[in-house]
This record gives sequence, structure tokens and C-alpha cells, in this order.
Amino acid sequence: MSSLSIEGVGRVFPPARRGGADTVALQPTDLQVADNDFITILGPSGCGKSTLLRIVAGLDQPSSGRVLMDGQPVGGPGPDRGMVFQSYSLFPWMTVRDNICFGLREKGLPKPQQKEISDYFLERVGLRQFADHFPKTLSGGMKQRTALARALANDPKVLLLDEPFGALDHQTRALMQELLLGIWESDQKTVLFVTHDIEEAIFLANRVVVMTARPGRIKCDIPIDMPHPRTYKVKTTQEFADHKARLTEEIRVETIRADAMAVSA
Amino acid sequence: MSKWFTPLKPVSSGRRITLGILGFVVVVALWWAVTASGLVKPLFLAGPGATLLAGYGLFFEFGFLGDVAVTVGRVLGGFLIATAVAVPLGIAMGAFKSVEAFFEPLISFARYLPASAFIPLLILWAGVGEAQKLSVIFIGAVFQICLMVAVIVGGTRAELVEAAYTLGARNRGVVLRVMLPAAAPQIFETLRLVLGWAWTYVIVAELIGASAGIGFMIIDAQRFLDTGQMIFGIFVIGVIGLVSDYLFKQLNRHLFSWAAS
Ligand SMILES: Nc1ncnc2c1ncn2[C@@H]1O[C@H](COP(=O)(O)OP(=O)(O)OP(=O)(O)O)[C@@H](O)[C@H]1O
Ligand SMILES: [Mg+2]
Repeated sequence: MSSLSIEGVGRVFPPARRGGADTVALQPTDLQVADNDFITILGPSGCGKSTLLRIVAGLDQPSSGRVLMDGQPVGGPGPDRGMVFQSYSLFPWMTVRDNICFGLREKGLPKPQQKEISDYFLERVGLRQFADHFPKTLSGGMKQRTALARALANDPKVLLLDEPFGALDHQTRALMQELLLGIWESDQKTVLFVTHDIEEAIFLANRVVVMTARPGRIKCDIPIDMPHPRTYKVKTTQEFADHKARLTEEIRVETIRADAMAVSA
Repeated sequence: MSKWFTPLKPVSSGRRITLGILGFVVVVALWWAVTASGLVKPLFLAGPGATLLAGYGLFFEFGFLGDVAVTVGRVLGGFLIATAVAVPLGIAMGAFKSVEAFFEPLISFARYLPASAFIPLLILWAGVGEAQKLSVIFIGAVFQICLMVAVIVGGTRAELVEAAYTLGARNRGVVLRVMLPAAAPQIFETLRLVLGWAWTYVIVAELIGASAGIGFMIIDAQRFLDTGQMIFGIFVIGVIGLVSDYLFKQLNRHLFSWAAS
């Protein structure tokens, strides 16, 4: 049995003005996520990727269908599903370490254990020297590493990432991908990762899910069987190039459709 | 000239200070000119020299320091009571939409009731003692603080709240440990603003039925047509306002150094 199961989850937003039309953000979608899957979700802008992730996180309610965690329906947000957002969401009044400890504090974990866990994750994301810094002094990459450590420190069953590296420059982004993959390879975790970046999607995933233009549904689900541990070098292999060619084609078709819909709307 | 009037172009701090002082100098010079030339009679407007002299007399002969202390005490007292009531209520309104729905129309209405118009009523209810003075400031400040705090807290970035929920926080934790600290710098900024307004209310309160305070001194001076004392009193209020504003700003900077500028 899979740990996370998305069953017929759809989302329709009511019209913003009276008399307007409903927005179908997500068509009923099924996705079975096995333990320790690393699934990346690709799709054109506005196809409902964030909506799907937010529903899994419990931050939004589906209009139809349900999300099951270990067989239990998800009601609201909880520490078993950690999330990292694209926009920086660190608590600015807390140091890096206090940010990482936030979930542990809410859980009522004793101080010494908090310190131990935060030490481990500070080390893991390479921010040991910055433990006492406030977010405003950090670079974009450091902020997202802190956000990642904060989510991981809670030891969630599922890690949800919504374009977490979207605002970073290309080089930082590549380093962050390796960092995240390294953590996944050694610590094992179930991950749902939304991205626009095809290379990023292939590099990280063992499954790439492609969504159609809005209203989104899953178009294809492609296994990526390249061996682990992976380094940036896999990006130059033939296998990687083949995946990239295929996914580029899939996304292109959807982007053209999304564009055409935007014009006709 | 275009060098001076390029939009948004920053000025050096030295030039900023010079220009700021120059503003005062120009006004005092104009003041001096219209009084010294006899354009305005001393009966209506004392000159800068006479005003300073009157100030000296106030402090050293009439115990003006006591008046200043009384007025500062009233402002702080009324302001602190208003803060103690309005900040928690404002936070509750900002965080809980049902609380907001209940209080918001009521307080929006009350906000437009001029505090000074309550003075006759308050004298009836509370006499002319300290309770009445504090009440005027309280009424003048409490609704404003409440509404502004509610808006600030209600405007907490959704990502912070959502991040907290996905980290396992419950409603109570989200309000106390996310919304409250996130709003704190702006709440303090609001308090700084309202403290400035409280100064205007206290003087109005002291113009009626007071036996001490800066406002009382000004009314008292009016009886003797001592425009020097009156102007000096107004001047002192300005100086105290400036100083308290400065102290508040420093406190904010110290407390909330984490906030991005
Ligand atoms: N709260 C909301 N109310 C109304 N419509 C919404 C709301 N949230 C999202 N939508 C709409 O639902 C659709 C899907 O949005 P969503 O944010 O899930 O897309 P996305 O795939 O994450 O896009 P992007 O790649 O740009 O982040 C969009 O058309 C969006 O306008
Ligand atoms: Mg999105």
C-alpha cells in the first residue's frame, strides 16, 4: 500500500464576482505515491500544480475526491506533511536555528533535543556558521536551505515543495538540487516537488508527472530509472537527454494549448 | 538646479541636517521680523526674545516643570490604558474574523466621535479630576489603535501562517507565535503615531477644568494676555513630542532589529 494516495482530487474555485464563471483549477486527479518516491510535477503555468500540492498539505480543501495518508483521509494541515514555498516564508524575527526549531517547539520537544536536531540539519544544509543569523541577512539560497531544514527537522512523512528554487539563480539552483537529492538519497523521504524546470524535474525524480494545460489533469507519469547517487554529471548523459527531449515535447504541446486558451478566453 | 530636484535622489546626511535646521531658522527669522518691525503688536504675538524670557520665568518662578510633569503623566497614563485595552482587542479582531465582524462597525463609528466633544459629558460623569483627563485621551486613542492593530494583524503574510500550520502549529500557536511577532513592529509604529495624537487631546482636556498642566498654563496666560508664555507652552509641547517620537523610534529599532528596513 502506498503512504500517500490522491483519489479523484479536483478543485473548482467559485467566481470572484457574482455572475462570473467558476474556475476549474484542477480536474479530478489520481496519484498513488509509494514510500520514498521522489515525484516531480511539471506543467504549464496555471494548470493547478500549486492547488494540488496545497490540497495535499491540507491548506486547501478539494471540491471532489480525497487525499489519504496511510489510509486516513487528510482533514487539514499537519506536521506529517512538511511544505517549502517558493516565496520566502521564514519567520523574520527568528534566527536560522529558531526557524529550524519552530515545529519542534510547537510539538513541545525538550530544548536539548531541539538543539541536537537543529545542529544536525544546520550541518546538513551547510548553515552551521549562520545559526544565529536573522533571515534578512541571508542570501536567497540560504533562506531556502533554512526553509528546507525547517521542514525536514519535523521529520514529515511527506515533503511538499512548490517551486522551492524558482527564485534562485541558475548556479545556486543547481547546488540546491544536489543538496536536496543528497538528503533524499541518504535519509529517504517521500517527496512531491513542483517545478517549471524540465532538467530539474528529471535530475531529482524517480517519477516525473506531467500535467495538461488548465484545467489540469495528469497527462503522463514517466519513471526515471537513472541510478543513484546522482551527481550533476548525469545531466550530460544520453539517457538524460532522451528524457529531456520527450518531456520538452510533452510540455510544449501543453504550453501552446494553454496559450491558445488564454487568447480565446 | 536640476541636481537638487531629481526625483527620489537621496541627499547626504550632512545636507539633510543643514536643511532641517534651516527650516527652523527661516521660521524664527520671519517671526522675529514681523514682531521686531512692529508689524504685529506684542499684545498679539510676543517676539522670540520675549518668548524665551517668558519661558525662563515659567520654569524658575512659576514651577512650570511641575505642569510639564503633570501633562506628561496624563498623556502616558491615558495612552497606556488605551494600549492595554486596544492592542489585545485589535489582535483578536485581526486574527478572528467573527470578532472583527462584531466589533468593526461599532469601533469604526466610535472612531469618528471627536474625543474633545466628550469633555462636557466626561466632566459630568467623572468630575474635573484626573479620571476625566485620562478618559479624554483614552477615548481619543483607543479606537484608533484598535482598528489599526486589527488591520496590521489581519494583513499577516499568508505564507507565514501557512508555513506554521504545516509545521504542526495549532490556532493558538499561530496567533501567539506567528501573527503577534510578525505584527509587532508595525503595532509599535502605530503606537508611536497615536502617542503624537494623544498630545493634542490632553491639551484640549486641560483647557477646561484643570488646575495644573501645560494646557492649564496656556489658558492661565491668556487671562494676562501673556502671549510669550502661551507660545512658549506650545513650543514645549512640540519639543516633548519630538523627543518622545525619537525615543520611540530608537526603541523600535532596538527591539525589532530583525525587521528588514
Ligand atoms: N484562491 C483562488 N481563487 C480563485 N482561483 C484560483 C485560486 N487559486 C488558484 N486559482 C486559479 O486556479 C488555477 C490553478 O492555479 P495554481 O496556482 O494551482 O496553478 P499552478 O500550476 O501552480 O501555476 P504556476 O505554475 O503559475 O504556479 C489558476 O487559473 C488560478 O488562477
Ligand atoms: Mg504554482
